[in-house]
Amino acid sequence: MNQYFLLIACLQLWSLITPVNPASTWGPLIFIFAVSATKEAWDDYNRYLSDKKANEKEVWIVRQGTKNLIQAQDIRVGNLVWLRENDEVPCDLVLLGAADPQGICYVETAALDGETDLKTRLIPPACVGIDFELLHKIKARAHAHAHISTIASCNETKLGMSRGIPEPKLTAVDAMIDKLTGAIFVFQIVVVIVLGIAGNVWKDTEARKLWYVRYPKEGPWYELLVIPLRFELLCSIMIPISIKVSLDLVKSLYAKFIDWDDQMVDLETGIRSHAANTAISEDLGQVEYILTDKTGTLTENKMIFKRCFVSGTFYGNDNGDALTDAELLRAVSSGSTDVIRFLKVMAICNTVIPVQSKNGSISYKAQSQDEEALVRAAARLHMVFVNKNGNFVDIKFNASPIQYEVLDILEFTSDRKRMSIVVKDSQSGKIILLSKGADEAILPHAYTGQQVRTYAEAVEQYAQLGLRTLCLAWRELEDEEYQEWAVMFKEANSSLVDREWRVAEVCQRLEHDFEILGVAAIEDRLQDGVPETIETLRKAGLNFWMLTGDKQNTAIQIALSCNFVSPEPKGQLLMINGKTEDEVCRNLERVLLTMRITSSEPKDVAFVIDGWALEIALKHYRKAFTELAILSRTAICCRVTPSQKAQLVELLKSCDYRTLAIGDGGNDVRMIQQADIGVGISGREGLQAARAADYSIGRVSGTSLFNSVSLMAYNVFYTSVPVLVSVLDKDLSETTVMQHPQILFYCQAGRLLNPSTFAGWFGRSLFHAIVVFLITIHSYAFEKSEMEEVSMVALSGCIWLQAFVVALETNSFTILQHIAIWGNLVGFYVINWIVSALPSSGMYTIMFRLCRQPSYWITMILIVAGGMGPVLALKYFRYTYRSSKINILQQAERLGGPILSLGNIEPQSRSLEKDLSPLSISLPKNRNPVYEPLLSDSPNSTRRSGVPFDFFQSQSRLSSSYSRNCKDN
Amino acid sequence: MNSNTPSSSAGGPGSADATAPRRNSKRPKYSRFTQQELPACKPILTPKWVISTFLLVSFIFIPIGIVSLFASRDVVEIVHGYETECIPLNSRNDKVGFIQSDQDKTCIRTLTVPKDMSQPIYVYYQLDNFYQNHRRYVRSRSDQQLRSPGNARETGSCSPEDTTVSGTPIVPCGLIAWSLFNDTYHFTSNNGGQIPINKRGISWQSDRERKFGRNVYPSNFQNGTLIGGARLNESIPLSEQEDLIVWMRTAALPTFRKLYGKIEVNLRQGDVINVTLQNNYNTYSFNGRKKLVLSTTSWLGGKNDFVGIAYLTVGGLCFFLAIVFVLIYLIKPRQLGDPSYLSWNRNPGGH
Repeated sequence: MNQYFLLIACLQLWSLITPVNPASTWGPLIFIFAVSATKEAWDDYNRYLSDKKANEKEVWIVRQGTKNLIQAQDIRVGNLVWLRENDEVPCDLVLLGAADPQGICYVETAALDGETDLKTRLIPPACVGIDFELLHKIKARAHAHAHISTIASCNETKLGMSRGIPEPKLTAVDAMIDKLTGAIFVFQIVVVIVLGIAGNVWKDTEARKLWYVRYPKEGPWYELLVIPLRFELLCSIMIPISIKVSLDLVKSLYAKFIDWDDQMVDLETGIRSHAANTAISEDLGQVEYILTDKTGTLTENKMIFKRCFVSGTFYGNDNGDALTDAELLRAVSSGSTDVIRFLKVMAICNTVIPVQSKNGSISYKAQSQDEEALVRAAARLHMVFVNKNGNFVDIKFNASPIQYEVLDILEFTSDRKRMSIVVKDSQSGKIILLSKGADEAILPHAYTGQQVRTYAEAVEQYAQLGLRTLCLAWRELEDEEYQEWAVMFKEANSSLVDREWRVAEVCQRLEHDFEILGVAAIEDRLQDGVPETIETLRKAGLNFWMLTGDKQNTAIQIALSCNFVSPEPKGQLLMINGKTEDEVCRNLERVLLTMRITSSEPKDVAFVIDGWALEIALKHYRKAFTELAILSRTAICCRVTPSQKAQLVELLKSCDYRTLAIGDGGNDVRMIQQADIGVGISGREGLQAARAADYSIGRVSGTSLFNSVSLMAYNVFYTSVPVLVSVLDKDLSETTVMQHPQILFYCQAGRLLNPSTFAGWFGRSLFHAIVVFLITIHSYAFEKSEMEEVSMVALSGCIWLQAFVVALETNSFTILQHIAIWGNLVGFYVINWIVSALPSSGMYTIMFRLCRQPSYWITMILIVAGGMGPVLALKYFRYTYRSSKINILQQAERLGGPILSLGNIEPQSRSLEKDLSPLSISLPKNRNPVYEPLLSDSPNSTRRSGVPFDFFQSQSRLSSSYSRNCKDN
Repeated sequence: MNSNTPSSSAGGPGSADATAPRRNSKRPKYSRFTQQELPACKPILTPKWVISTFLLVSFIFIPIGIVSLFASRDVVEIVHGYETECIPLNSRNDKVGFIQSDQDKTCIRTLTVPKDMSQPIYVYYQLDNFYQNHRRYVRSRSDQQLRSPGNARETGSCSPEDTTVSGTPIVPCGLIAWSLFNDTYHFTSNNGGQIPINKRGISWQSDRERKFGRNVYPSNFQNGTLIGGARLNESIPLSEQEDLIVWMRTAALPTFRKLYGKIEVNLRQGDVINVTLQNNYNTYSFNGRKKLVLSTTSWLGGKNDFVGIAYLTVGGLCFFLAIVFVLIYLIKPRQLGDPSYLSWNRNPGGH
């Protein structure tokens, strides 16, 4: 597009062919480029500032035994970095030492994956193992005076590498405008060729007879080209130069509105939404697929212990909270062995660190939210985990202290799905193995004879409630058994090859013959309003995909609890799993078949696929999977890697769907970049995750409104383009016009910019062009046929018509809209009066003369009525008798009627409630994932003024071409 | 980040308090503009509104149309084409040859006044098929040169009629001035009395005062080998060469009238006017036509039925549409904003 304008501008310089003063193109062009360059420069400058801030962050590094403070950008590979508590890790690091005597360092990886729990990092025995990298952005927390050696710097960090190269994101509107511009261009070329040929023929047959024109006998070789090129220049106004810049400005304005929007502010932390990419906001209204991360996005990532099942008794079933269950409290105080053991496991079997503050209260720093929830719950039940001192753990039960020595920790891995801890009772010397883990990892290892069925049932019951379950178990170990095992464990731990696998194997040897103690059920609280929001958005026709690294069951449960999928009778879950190609293929085909059958039924069908199967599906059965992706409205992908997330986004994009990715962590970065719209949840710490859902959803609902606004803005812009093109006053009017986009907002009713709306506008503008043209030349015929006057009359006609078109298309008038529409009109007269008062201008006195003529005003009224009458009639007819969904909702809203069926949106929680009215209106716009012309006469006025201009131009700027135009007509 | 950031792992009851001040400080300043909550009026197209608009428009337009039509009909206009009649019969095969020759081109025509015409009666010449808006033509002038004597050399845009062969500038330069219309008319009444034509004040006052200099005199005009149109009296400043000033207000359309002069006496119905005209101007090369027009004016200008007819048409159409809409409304009423028309409400299995 830019090349096009450059070409036009260059052609303008060729005075032989230019029909208008070159300044009329160059002036706006320069102004527009200046504006956009300024905007870019400002953006760049801000980016530079934030980069600079990150790069100049001060970091302590150790050199020759002394600590120096240097800037983060100066860290080199091999430097020793000294971090204090709560420092942000500036680059990829290997932990060499920590203040903690055990060499443990806790890091928080919220910036990477959104998980706010602490992760342990040990000083590696031999400084091997890439596991110990502290990824960039992790915060070193707690006891962490870590001496760390840099292993990579800057963009070589893992994060830097996994980031991928972001593609520039083009919005749908951009893309559509590009397409339409292309179409206009083609149309223009056709017009140019036809008129060019006609013009040349006319010139050779007729124009040479016009003695007063004095055509030279012999023209230069390019003579034939001159007329077509001239037409091209005339037609160039069809594509307004300002479109690009006005688009940009409008977009950044929307982004600002997002930033400003009160309703998208997290009430808890006050962090505001921020639109980083100003260019894509208007696309929000066109999203068809939402891909979301689970942790921290849908859920709060805040676990609460809710229920438990110990030795045959359900606790917490009655009131939904075991901690206040009188029966459990009684069992605790009466000292029931099972319950006490259960509590002990809860309190000890973890890697939580208790931190005692000065006033004696204890807070916990935990690696996993689950553990923290358990420890806290135990503390509430009088089993307080007091202190961890080296290998000794102090707990207090009913104020009597108990001490255990931790012998070994069998860490949690996602394969083993359980963790165990071996402790020695300091008093009795007994060695005990305490375990907790997923049901499938614990229950099968119960000692022979124990009835696990009841536990399995409990697990099942809790799972159906959407709770996360953990089975707790223990076993007393014989001394010899432990000693024997400990040796093996040590060996495995220090092995260099396959360490993880070996450790797991060794652990397996100890973790058997459990005595199952009970089942703990933990609630991973969903973000406020998530289920309602998802329900709403699904009604709005958005397709939801949940991509998570969680295991299948959890994912499904979360999906169920947040309305992702409907429970059984209404919904149906189809699993795709399998480890081999065949299995996956078979599964895939089966699911596809079901999908096809059920696609006609009003039944929610979702498929669930795990990472492994996804890998195979994407690799070998891409086509089938794509079809599946199109058919299904909901999908749950579990155990997926960041790159798979990105692949999925790509897949959907390749089917021409608009995708929106929401995520909060570093592992979502790829996906977010890949998607048409990425919603990153900023802040990334602690409670702010709570606002995630509202935030992102709020964004969507808030901005679908803007979509139409941007179109409106073009319209107004165009309205003013004639002013701009008109005479001498380009800059002046342009500045006034620049304010219009800001003014025109809050127009409800979404519209889509698409070829059929475009055609509608094309037709209308053609009609208006003809109206203006015919009326002008007929009412200003004969003795009134003076060039400046006629062109002014035609121009005023355009302005008047456009003011009315905009007024008709505007759905909601605020004072600003009135200023924009009528102010534009008034501005037109004021500017032209001023210009008419300048003796040196070509149109000296013209406007005053016209305004004194009754025939001028009569003509204006005629143009407006002639142009608007049919349009109004048509619109009214469509509006009332062929109304679109938007219209109906508008009508309902204005008439104060019930907005009905949207009633089910109403029970929405807090902040969304406020969004309701815009939401209800913006809803239908997303209903159909295909570009349906919801309102085919939407204010895409790309062409609106095009036609009037092309004739106006010729008219005002005279020249034969215009008259030839008429002649040809 | 800093340590007072609440994190779930920090636990403790203190965390909530820590966030309180932050929340307030980060809250954006409220304004109705930024929150897009400006009061808005949201009109919709109700039948009542639309139908009354159409009716109103038609009630306004039809009277205006009638008034305009009457105004136009009141204008008395005499249009007389003479381009063929003023060629001697023996030259009609070669009109171009005749017009370019040195023969006497005097021609006498008679006009009959169809109705009383009250003064001022405007005398126009009308040219058809004359492209005063041709690109080469319309730019071939120099406004600076016309305005002030010091700018005589500003002839850059005037090609090919910019300077003489020797290089001295032509004033006024350019094709427009060069092709100045040069037919002349003299009116005598049937009884032999002169009907004077006032040629003063036929151009725009602003042009005389601002665009054409008081002390700019024609020079080297029509001195070349090719003679275009009229010559100018070199002793009269441009600001008083009103024919030139009128001619240089170029017309937007190929059919146009230019004011030749004013007759400041009343003409009676049936009066016969003898016109002695010099048929000098060559419109024959391009099949152009020439007409002499005498016309009175109304408040709307000259005779032009278009506006009146257009008003009547639009008014009638609006009236018709209003009736149609009323009928549709009565026959097939449709509740606005009826939710049952929403497609998702019609879907029985829907939500």
